[in-house]
Amino acid sequence: MKTIQSMIALFCLALLLLLAACSSSQPAAAPEQSNPPTAAPAPTPSASEKKEMILATTTSTQDSGLLDALLPVFEQQSGISVKVIAVGTGQAIKLGEEGNADVLLVHSRKAEDEFVEKGFGINAYDVMYNQFYIVGPAEDPAGIKGVQSAKEAMAKIAEKQSPFVSRGDDSGTDKKEKSIWKEAAITPEGSWYISSGQGMGETLQMADEMRAYTLTDEATFLSRKLNLEVLVQGDKSLLNPYGIIQVKSSTKPEEGMQLIRFFTEEQGQKLIGEFGKETYGKGLFVPDAKQR
Amino acid sequence: MMTQDVWEVIWLSLQVTTVSVAIGMLAGIPTGTLLGLYSFRGKRIVVALIYTCMGLPPVLVGVVVYLLLSRYGPLGALGLLFTPEAMIIAQVVLVTPILAGLTMSAVQAKERTYWETAKSLGASPVQMMITIVREARGGIWSGVAAAYGRAISEVGAVMLVGGNIEHHTRVMTTAIILETRTGNFTAGLQLGLVLLALSFLFNSFLMAGVLNQMKSRRR
Repeated sequence: MKTIQSMIALFCLALLLLLAACSSSQPAAAPEQSNPPTAAPAPTPSASEKKEMILATTTSTQDSGLLDALLPVFEQQSGISVKVIAVGTGQAIKLGEEGNADVLLVHSRKAEDEFVEKGFGINAYDVMYNQFYIVGPAEDPAGIKGVQSAKEAMAKIAEKQSPFVSRGDDSGTDKKEKSIWKEAAITPEGSWYISSGQGMGETLQMADEMRAYTLTDEATFLSRKLNLEVLVQGDKSLLNPYGIIQVKSSTKPEEGMQLIRFFTEEQGQKLIGEFGKETYGKGLFVPDAKQR
Repeated sequence: MMTQDVWEVIWLSLQVTTVSVAIGMLAGIPTGTLLGLYSFRGKRIVVALIYTCMGLPPVLVGVVVYLLLSRYGPLGALGLLFTPEAMIIAQVVLVTPILAGLTMSAVQAKERTYWETAKSLGASPVQMMITIVREARGGIWSGVAAAYGRAISEVGAVMLVGGNIEHHTRVMTTAIILETRTGNFTAGLQLGLVLLALSFLFNSFLMAGVLNQMKSRRR
């Protein structure tokens, strides 16, 4: 096993070197570069040089197109160019701990709090949240429509043993679902509990075909046309809050703070709230900025 | 690593593949034999079609079978989507042309020598066909091996119509995809090696058998 692992490691290393050689615009993949932007010891030679900073964030903000809607506005106003590294929440936080990013925009409250507690981050703000829905067939065999709490709805599904499709792929949504089951003190198992091991789109499709329930994020659900209905929403455990945090060891506190202010003050918040309205008929993210 | 879940996945892979190839043999070998023996109008088109279908893209087969079996499709009432049966249907579509095509070539290679002899001995058409198939079995078996290899290593179609459901339709190839996507490269690689070993074992048995038979024939 060791050999396989080391072989993989070697392969990855080779790939990384290749990447580093090819692109100088990816600071995360090029640790050997002479002056990585974060640890830049050389002072900026003149004011005319463009200021830049690194934002580490999750793939969801990038893939949904939110950053493409916000960052150009910020860059134009402030003259600071923002380099985005879109990775999983865990990795984004790691980048912050290592000082390889200036600001984090992530969604894992527990990990964020730890990050601040350990002294890696300062100036943590809530920025916005998006929602999860429990969706299912219109006939609603478990009768969960209108149930207020996600926990209760899931318990009803389990009790009736109505088919429920789970992502089962250890993604953020999957973790969310598992945490609700845990809250309800239920271990879902049996033939009614279907673990698809696939992405959100495929899982929704499967739920539609099988007239089953599933837990989905809002954006993916709205982007598909399916015969599934939103049955439970708005419960606190179905909210997915995003936080923005400044990295304490950042060499660009000024620029970082400017970005945080942009996201949490009026203009940025308005842009966040409007994002997606054109395409989906309603905003994908709900702005709710406040300092923690 | 060899937990019960893994065995379950391997076992389902073997079941689905074996049943598919068996059904494919029942349909493909007689078709291939007939095509190898007889000429008729439009045979060229049929042969061209079979050769084309030997290289059918699995995902395409997957999408078509999906649409047929979908709740909103023509066969939706059967409720077969996301079941092992759906996977078998897709696999049969994939392997039957391979079996038919390779049987046809094998039969054609033997045809002249045996056709006349069998006929002069007064064999009925059915008897003649059986004789020819027996004579061409070396080529036919390698067709079976090719079909088996294709079916067991196929991933696109079984992912689409099976859905990779745990304990239900998760087979080796789809499990490898899941393991890789969740970052368990080691587990993915291990399963891949099991897959390779199985293919190798199966093919060696098959080829060893074929070679032995050919040898004993010659003596």
